Amino acid sequence: MGENRKGNWWIWKVFWILLGITAIEVFMGILKVNEKLPEAFVYDTFLGLAWITHTFIILTLIKAAYIVMTFMHLGDEIKSFRWTILLPAFILVPYLLFIIIVEATHNISL
Amino acid sequence: MNEEILDEALVKDHKPAWRGGDLPFKTSYGKMMMWFFLITDTLTFSAFLAAYGFSRFKFADIWPVPEEVFTHFPFMKGEHPLLFVALMTFILIMSSVTMVLAVNYGHKMQKNKVILWLSLTIVGGTAFLASQAWEWGHFIHGDKGAIDTKSEYVVHIAQGEKLSSIYDLMELDKYSYNQDQQIQVESVINKLREKSEYNIRTANKTYLSNEESINYLENNATQTILGADLIKNEYGHPLFADYFYFITGFHGFHVFSGVVLLIILLINVIRGTYERRGHYEMVEKIGLYWHFVDLVWVFVFTFFYLV
Repeated sequence: MGENRKGNWWIWKVFWILLGITAIEVFMGILKVNEKLPEAFVYDTFLGLAWITHTFIILTLIKAAYIVMTFMHLGDEIKSFRWTILLPAFILVPYLLFIIIVEATHNISL
Repeated sequence: MNEEILDEALVKDHKPAWRGGDLPFKTSYGKMMMWFFLITDTLTFSAFLAAYGFSRFKFADIWPVPEEVFTHFPFMKGEHPLLFVALMTFILIMSSVTMVLAVNYGHKMQKNKVILWLSLTIVGGTAFLASQAWEWGHFIHGDKGAIDTKSEYVVHIAQGEKLSSIYDLMELDKYSYNQDQQIQVESVINKLREKSEYNIRTANKTYLSNEESINYLENNATQTILGADLIKNEYGHPLFADYFYFITGFHGFHVFSGVVLLIILLINVIRGTYERRGHYEMVEKIGLYWHFVDLVWVFVFTFFYLV
C-alpha cells in the first residue's frame, strides 16, 4: 500500500467498498423482514446462529478490516505493532463472546 | 552483540533508555498511545455488545424484531425499515472518508485542504449526532403502542397476521396524542369487541383470533404502554430499551467527544500550530479516534439493527 499513498484514489475505492457492503446488508435486512429470503437461509442455524446472521457478521468483519487496515493505516505499520494491536482483540473478544453466549443459551431446569 | 557494543550504539544514535530506544514500534509515542487507548475502548464496546447478545439469546423468543422497531424516516409516512439507520451509517462512513483526506493532505502540508476536509468531517459528525437525536426522540415517543401483561411481556395490536397499532385501533392521531393521558385497558378491550378485524400478537409473535385476544387481555392485561423509558417500553423486553439507550448513547457520546476534538484541531490548524511544528501528526491521531468511532458504529449497526 505504501507507494500508493500519493493519490486519493484508494480512499474512494475503500469508500465504495464500504458503501456497497452496507447497501447489501440493508437490502438483505429489508428482504428478511418482508420474508422474501429462502427460509433455510433465515431459519436454519449453524453453530447456534442463523446463516443470515453469519453472513451479516462476515460482511461486518470485512468492513472493519478495511477501516482498520487502510483508513487507520494499521496495514502500513510494522508487523510487530500490527499484531500488538490486533491480538488482544482477536483473543479476548471471541473468548468473551464464547462464554457469554454459551451461558445465555444454557437452560436451567429445576 | 555484546552489551558494551550495544550500549555504545545506543549512545551514538542518541537513543536513550533501554533496548527499544525511542521508537520500539517505529511509530511515534502519541500514535502508539492512541492505539493502546483504542484497544481498551474496543474491549469496553465488546463487553456491551456481548451483554446485549446475552440478553438477546436468553429471551430469544420474546425479543423485539429491530426491523419492526426502527421503521421511520423524517418527512416520510409509512414504514421504511432500516432506511434511516442506513443513512446514519452512510453519514459516518462519509465523514470517515473526509477525515482520511484531511490526514492525507496533512502529510503533504497543504493547510487549506486540511481545513476544508476537517470542516466537512465536523459537519458529518454533527449531522450524525442530529440524526441520533431524532432517532432517540422517535424511540422515546414510540410508534405502535403496546399492552403490558402480568407476565411483563408486552403484546401488540394486529390486524389479522399483520402488525397494526394501538392508535389505529383507538382512532387516535399518534403524532398529536398527549401521552400523559393513559389509554385504559378496558377501552382497548371494548374497541376489540367493536372491531372484529383487530386482534393481538403475543410476545412470542403468535397472532390470536379476535375472540382469543379479548379473552387474553381480560385475564392478563395490566396497562397500556406508549413509548419507551428505562423501566417499560412498548417494543418488548424492558432490557431492549435499556441497551438501546446505553449502547447508542455511549457511542453517541464518543461521537460528541470526537466532534469537540475535531473543532479544537481545526482551530489549531487555522492558527498554524502544526505548520510551525513541521508536521500534522495531530490530525492523524485524532483521525485514528474518529475512524474508531465509525468502526464501532459498523458493529452497533449490525448487532443492534440488522441481526
